[in-house]
Amino acid sequence: MQVTLRIRRFNPEKDQKPYWADYTLDNVEPTDRVLELLHRVKWEQDGTLSFRRSCAHGVCGSDGMRINGMNRLACKVLVNTLGEGDALTIQIEPLLGLRVIKDLIVDMEPFFEHYRSVMPYFVNDDPPPEDGRERLQSPEDRERFDDTTKCILCACCTTSCPSFWANQDYLGPAAIVQAHRFIFDSRDHAAEERLKILAETDGVWRCRTIYNCTMACPREIEVTRAIGEVKLAIARGSVE
Amino acid sequence: MQTHQYEAIIVGGGGAGLMAALYASRSVKTAVISKLYPTRSHTGAAQGGIGAALGNLEEDRPEWHAFDTVKGGDYLSDQDAALTLAEEAVSAVIELEHLGLPFDRTPDGRISQRRFGGHTSNFGDKPVRRACHAADRTGHMILQTLYQQCIKNEVTFFDEFQVVDLIRSGDAVVGVIAVNIDDGELHIFHSKAVLFATGGWGRVWEITSNAHSLTGDGNAITYRRGVPMQDMEFFQFHPTGIYKMGILITEGVRGEGGVLINDKGERFMEKYAPHIKDLASRDVVSRAIYLEIEAGRGINGQRYVYLDVTPETVNRYLAEAGEDRRITREYIETKLPDILDFCRTYLGVDPVTEPMPVQPTAHYGMGGIPTDLHGRVVVDAQRTPLPGLYAAGECACVSVHGANRLGTNSLTDLIVFGRRAGKHMAEYCQGADFVALPENPAGEIQEELERLRKADGTRKPYQIREEMRQVMMKHVSVFRTAEGMQEAVETIRRLKDEYANNLHIDDRGKRFNTDLFEAWELGCLLDIAEVTAVSALAREESRGAHSRDDFPKRNDEKWMVHTLAYRAADGGVELNHKKPVDMSLAEKDEKFKPKERVY
Repeated sequence: MQVTLRIRRFNPEKDQKPYWADYTLDNVEPTDRVLELLHRVKWEQDGTLSFRRSCAHGVCGSDGMRINGMNRLACKVLVNTLGEGDALTIQIEPLLGLRVIKDLIVDMEPFFEHYRSVMPYFVNDDPPPEDGRERLQSPEDRERFDDTTKCILCACCTTSCPSFWANQDYLGPAAIVQAHRFIFDSRDHAAEERLKILAETDGVWRCRTIYNCTMACPREIEVTRAIGEVKLAIARGSVE
Repeated sequence: MQTHQYEAIIVGGGGAGLMAALYASRSVKTAVISKLYPTRSHTGAAQGGIGAALGNLEEDRPEWHAFDTVKGGDYLSDQDAALTLAEEAVSAVIELEHLGLPFDRTPDGRISQRRFGGHTSNFGDKPVRRACHAADRTGHMILQTLYQQCIKNEVTFFDEFQVVDLIRSGDAVVGVIAVNIDDGELHIFHSKAVLFATGGWGRVWEITSNAHSLTGDGNAITYRRGVPMQDMEFFQFHPTGIYKMGILITEGVRGEGGVLINDKGERFMEKYAPHIKDLASRDVVSRAIYLEIEAGRGINGQRYVYLDVTPETVNRYLAEAGEDRRITREYIETKLPDILDFCRTYLGVDPVTEPMPVQPTAHYGMGGIPTDLHGRVVVDAQRTPLPGLYAAGECACVSVHGANRLGTNSLTDLIVFGRRAGKHMAEYCQGADFVALPENPAGEIQEELERLRKADGTRKPYQIREEMRQVMMKHVSVFRTAEGMQEAVETIRRLKDEYANNLHIDDRGKRFNTDLFEAWELGCLLDIAEVTAVSALAREESRGAHSRDDFPKRNDEKWMVHTLAYRAADGGVELNHKKPVDMSLAEKDEKFKPKERVY
């Protein structure tokens, strides 16, 4: 089939403002990934097209972008999920809410700054077990935070959130997901401090339960539910 | 040009680099330089588990793990390294748990373990549960946990900085040159010690499980600065990559009971490894798949076989083997969620009801930058260290994996030897002074990058790269012949010439010039492809992942040696075959002496 990629381009060394450019590709297989099409444009037509990518199978989180208006990983979207027929147009633009550096590449620093602000690391200063072995945790306690361990920090959730678009001081869904992973880990001791951070003005209460984050997550994390659980823990003053 | 000063510089933000950074940063001023955001590193793609003889579900011992590693490596592993790996694996995994890693748990709350290829109890007796796992995303959990701890410990990161050269002054290593990818500016990092932890180079081959960014940068950089590459002819083809795409399907699938099936519906591994069947070493299973395909027993005559983990099939074989265990659809969903997701997303195949089409995929380099047990880079057959230079993880060659790596041992390697290298590096820095930088250290690389940026020939990087990948897949993969490898060497040399004289890139800019960096990475891949093909051509035997039709037998008399490949003055490859394999375990215990490898 023939596919036209309609790509939002911007080169800071040349362009005053972003513009749309069309690239037509022949002999596209319906099972091709959008990332493969971007590579074909870059390699066969225009080497200046810039985007991030690495693993190409949905686990590294590099190639989050807006594809037909939805935040997706380009390596996890097959052409046949975007339409059928002999000819198809796919619209691709950078994630919203973060400054565009070049073409599909956005400035990830503000995103990682929010991430770092929620204590996204394990805290337990008790001495480890005397037998020198692992701390014990029941399968049920482990299951409690399983969903949020899957996060790959691709930013698809945070940059799909209207609350974040409106106010970029909002920590955003990804940072809350990261905090959730530790708040509900029975081995961790810093839940209280994290809940305090998330109870502040730019924390969980900026979430309006719009569910865009859940729709966007390429790891199928129930992001809105996780945020809800954090809200509930703050309201109750307890993680039980 | 900006100059930074850190006592310790770590290049690469995957498992080995971050583990080393955690240790080094405790006592010396440390920075990690990574071309990706560290959480994008390929450690995160590792699936099935990390091997350690915890014995949580059945009896296990480090010496059994060491034995399996040596046997799996077809006796080319340095035995002191294999023992270190196996012994320290236990404390390394416990340390990861203490750092917060969310392992799956046994009913009594301990770290859960499962079977994996080549891992046995009692010196090859029967498969043992040694792979500690978190579903099928163990690498993701390791990478996240280590990065989180680096944040906690305020480790300094230079993210999206591409390291392009190593600075040496006389006998000393004094730093690296890096480009800030964002604005294209060169930076000099002046240091007392440098650790390379840049990962693998699977992108040399057409079908690979490796990320686009795995282009062997650290190996190529050190090679160009006089460090040899060791045992590069040994590159692992993982038996089960998704057909045509190469995406990895973890060996954990077979660990949970999955089986390989040919077009006739036969479980063909019963023929090739009667004892442990589908859980034989990866080199053995990959060869078996190729032989089945060559004999016309690929599915519908095509170049793939089936990997079947449907409860129906698995339970039938479990019953046949007299085992009590049975699996359910829900169990598969819990233990292999990402594998199911990959197959459903990319193939429209649901592995709980249908088999998966698989073929061998280029996966892991056993060779690399030679090091000792402390991660110190050693530059000759006498194992002389180069002070201040370290390597760990896949880019390094300790050598623990020998001629073929066992599944789960890559993650163990990262943690055990990343930790050792980080510790040693910190001690070294505390006792060393900064050596002055040479004059204009970035001159040479600056010139090369400018040449690439202005390259105005007729061949685009992807054209050269695809030709390289195809010829390496055809002639330097699972089965090899002198004729084929000779053709590969000649092709790679022609491509290197085109790269030097007839390259074309489109992007002349400074900002995020990924066209330029893809071209620079291609230069690394070409060097590595050449060294791999030349090293493989010279080794006239079959051992582990290096299997030759024209020399089908292992030859211990002549080839119990490591290959060292140096860059010659004329740009070619110079080989040295004088570095003996460490046999310290065999000297004390008959069981570790080389013998025929049967699974």
